[in-house]
Amino acid sequence: METTITLEVQRYLPEKDTEPYFQEYKVPLRKKWVVLDALNYIKDNIDGTLSYRWSCRMGVCGSCGMMVNDKPVLTCATFLEECLPGPIRVAPLSYFDVIRDLVVNTDGFMDKLKRVKPWLITDQVKPVPEGEYRQTPEQKAEYDQYSMCINCMLCYAACPVAGLEPEFVGPAAIALAQRYNYDSRDEGRKQRNEELLGEGGIYSCTLVGECSEVCPKAVDPAGAIQRYKVSGAAEWWKSVVVPWGDT
Amino acid sequence: MARYGPNEHDVLIVGGGGAGLRAAIAVAETNPELSIAVVSKVYPMRSHTVSAEGGSAAVIKDNDSFDDHAYDTISGGDWLCDQDAVEAFVKEAPKELLQLEHWGCPWSREEDGSIAVRSFGGMTNKRTWFAADKTGFHLLHTMFQTTMKYDPIQRYDEYYVTRLLVDNGRCQGVVAIELATGKIEAIAARSVIMCTGGCGRIFPFTTNGNIKTGDGMAFAYREGVPLKDMEFVQYHPTGLPFTGILITEAARAEGGHLLNKDGYRYLQDYDLGEPKPEPIHRSMELGPRDRLSQAFEKEEEKGRTIEGPYGSYIHLDIQHLGEEIIDRKLPFVRELCLKYENIDPVKEMIPVRPVVHYMMGGIDTDIHGATKLDGLYAAGETACVSINGANRLGSNSLTELLVFGARAGQAAAEFASEQKPFSSALEALATDESRRIEKGFFSENGSNPESIASIRQEMYQAMEKGVGIYRSEDSLERSQEKIQELQERLMNVSIEDHSYTFNTELVAALELSNMLDISEAIIQSALQRTESRGSHQRVNYPDRDDEHFLAHSMAYKSEVGPPKIEYQPVTITRWPPGERVYGH
Amino acid sequence: MAKTDDINTSTNPRYQRYRPERYSPRMSIFWWVHKKPFVKFIVRELTSLFVAAYAVLLIFQVRALSQGAEAWEALVAWFSTPFSIGLHVIIFLFVVFHAITWFNLAPTAMVLRIGKKRIPGGVIITINFLMWIALSLAIATLILAR
Repeated sequence: METTITLEVQRYLPEKDTEPYFQEYKVPLRKKWVVLDALNYIKDNIDGTLSYRWSCRMGVCGSCGMMVNDKPVLTCATFLEECLPGPIRVAPLSYFDVIRDLVVNTDGFMDKLKRVKPWLITDQVKPVPEGEYRQTPEQKAEYDQYSMCINCMLCYAACPVAGLEPEFVGPAAIALAQRYNYDSRDEGRKQRNEELLGEGGIYSCTLVGECSEVCPKAVDPAGAIQRYKVSGAAEWWKSVVVPWGDT
Repeated sequence: MARYGPNEHDVLIVGGGGAGLRAAIAVAETNPELSIAVVSKVYPMRSHTVSAEGGSAAVIKDNDSFDDHAYDTISGGDWLCDQDAVEAFVKEAPKELLQLEHWGCPWSREEDGSIAVRSFGGMTNKRTWFAADKTGFHLLHTMFQTTMKYDPIQRYDEYYVTRLLVDNGRCQGVVAIELATGKIEAIAARSVIMCTGGCGRIFPFTTNGNIKTGDGMAFAYREGVPLKDMEFVQYHPTGLPFTGILITEAARAEGGHLLNKDGYRYLQDYDLGEPKPEPIHRSMELGPRDRLSQAFEKEEEKGRTIEGPYGSYIHLDIQHLGEEIIDRKLPFVRELCLKYENIDPVKEMIPVRPVVHYMMGGIDTDIHGATKLDGLYAAGETACVSINGANRLGSNSLTELLVFGARAGQAAAEFASEQKPFSSALEALATDESRRIEKGFFSENGSNPESIASIRQEMYQAMEKGVGIYRSEDSLERSQEKIQELQERLMNVSIEDHSYTFNTELVAALELSNMLDISEAIIQSALQRTESRGSHQRVNYPDRDDEHFLAHSMAYKSEVGPPKIEYQPVTITRWPPGERVYGH
Repeated sequence: MAKTDDINTSTNPRYQRYRPERYSPRMSIFWWVHKKPFVKFIVRELTSLFVAAYAVLLIFQVRALSQGAEAWEALVAWFSTPFSIGLHVIIFLFVVFHAITWFNLAPTAMVLRIGKKRIPGGVIITINFLMWIALSLAIATLILAR
């Protein structure tokens, strides 16, 4: 007989439940299976009512982030064998409102992304026929790491500040701001500072550092935020010492 | 002007992937007055464009030319491409990729800061722009972030469209379910652009994500719009066994070798040239995808592949490239192999086998993305213009969704600017649709024990057996019967989940019905094309037959039974049909 | 639309169709207890209290100095009590922990380059510690040499 492993999956159906609860399922323990495969097995064979998000199954679309044994992970990149002997506890991402079962409300996150103006800002629009902006590999390396974010939101589920202070713009969004700030083609840092040096911005971060620990793409949002603090502080001092200068 | 209600827009785009977002920006730039809706069943950055790896083709270097790009595309497509469309495509390609650069796309660079290009399969010159091997990811995120600065673009994230609103022979919007609440509502629009991607999910083994269920194709098909060239299904030669995760063609373009179980570069036996240590354009591992996948099947027949628990495979070897090049140019390949196969391509060979990757066919459109239904446009993998013919050239698809996404956006914007009034019948159509779904799925009436999963499983089997790399009349016919049976069985399925809140089982049921409809179009088109061309290989008809089949298959939905297939001539401008020569 | 559903019956009266109640998890004030990195974080944050305690002690010393020899002697006498020594040891340990954790975090905030190469985090940390030791030794020599 095939060996099995138990999953304890958090369920919540707003029509029926006032509080979430855990439901147990036994699934086959197969060598190449990730937690997401187990959820799909449950959905197809045991309980069609289980709701969760997923798509690419190769760790790049960012849909399937969940808490597995209390740790935020991509379920498509977490093997059952890493979680032996079980049971494996699967819950929605921490600190987010739960819509149903493993599906969380991400509207707030989407608004935060927009708040940091994540697009290339230039003083003048360069016409396309003029060709590309020159950018050397070294210049590209300045922001490369920050451009790797897949918006999986694991960092928000790892960040107690994001949990305690819903207005905090949060790790991924700040890393995204830095992705453009450090891009040699961009001239929008000042506009982003308006959003990020104020309330709910970078200074809300107390450097717990867990965001970088859980990031599946090594974006290092904690680093992005601390660098922002350093440059923010430097700009503030500059404005005090040389108030007439253009910072 | 007749207002329809709160959900009213000028242009509505279904799908928030590369084509959809490009179209949205094109609409906003064509006419800033227009209100634009992007309706997507997932948040846009989850769209499957995100998984594209290798790159995007456009002529930028001095040693390259539009004619070369056109010829590579046309010969790659086995002369089934419409050449006027290809010519427009290659000319607009560099503009589109530069535009993306101006929006911030982190293209990989040469030392002097100019755009870097790499080789790709079936190409005469290096012309594939790339952002390491996460090109689709960067392209999608760049565009998604850029759309945020356009106020007229309003997103309907996680809304699942269930049908088009068509009245008076004009498409005037969609009906959609807001997943978070289960609310079914009409969203009216003066023009609609389908950017819903392909339908790789009708096959069990595919590089495609779970969301690629061909929804847009099915909606258009049901409204009488023909699906074009549906028999052409691209198998990518290098996917990881079991997961079907794509290992980009760039791995071969950078110099990777394909080896059979004896460590032999077997492609030399299939008229693809002589093995050289360095990659040669249009030769060996840089041959077109259809020929490489077919060579694998032949090699398997000869028993020269390696048996594994998840089907036979061969090896892709990139060790000789060295760690530095692999990390700089193929970091995602390494990441994926380490994570999912537990092997390090720097010191081990990668097991690969052909995997369903891309649909050359799709909603029939003209060169502006317009379909035969007034007000309905399509772009991207869901559409068939056709620039891909019988086999798409690697790295043309990302460029295609930009070029034709922009074109469709402009055309739809112009159509919407005429401000034709909405029909009064839309309300009734929407009510009918919500009643159909509520009655069919939300209420607990049926007692059929059958599950969606079992029907889907049988569809997988039927498609894999019938419409694989090599196809026989017999297997196609059996698959067709099976699909018809499954369609009937699906009508009687009752789902377990009756909740209005984020009902993914309901979405799966609707997606399955879309996939079954498309499957019948694929099978019937394949059945009637009694020749072998590009990715469509018929065992009893091994040759190309230009006399009868230098034409696009057009599948029209029938009331009952399989679709009616008609043929539409291929547009030939400057490249008369010739032999596909590789490796010489 | 016809109202045909029988889902939102009285099992949960607060639920309205199309407007589902979302479940908002609440964070207790002991949110940090069950995870090791969070405990470490809270302890690190708490160390700042001990740094502040040193500052307060310093203020007392300054005040005693300004009040003359008698006050100073009294303070020194208090410093010599076992309670004060114990307190100083505890404060010292926390301040050392504070310094170590912050030095370890330094590379997070600093991206330094020599030419094209980014200086690895370990090097930055090592330099920090070496400077710390050197400064401590310098101060110690200054004091002990008297």
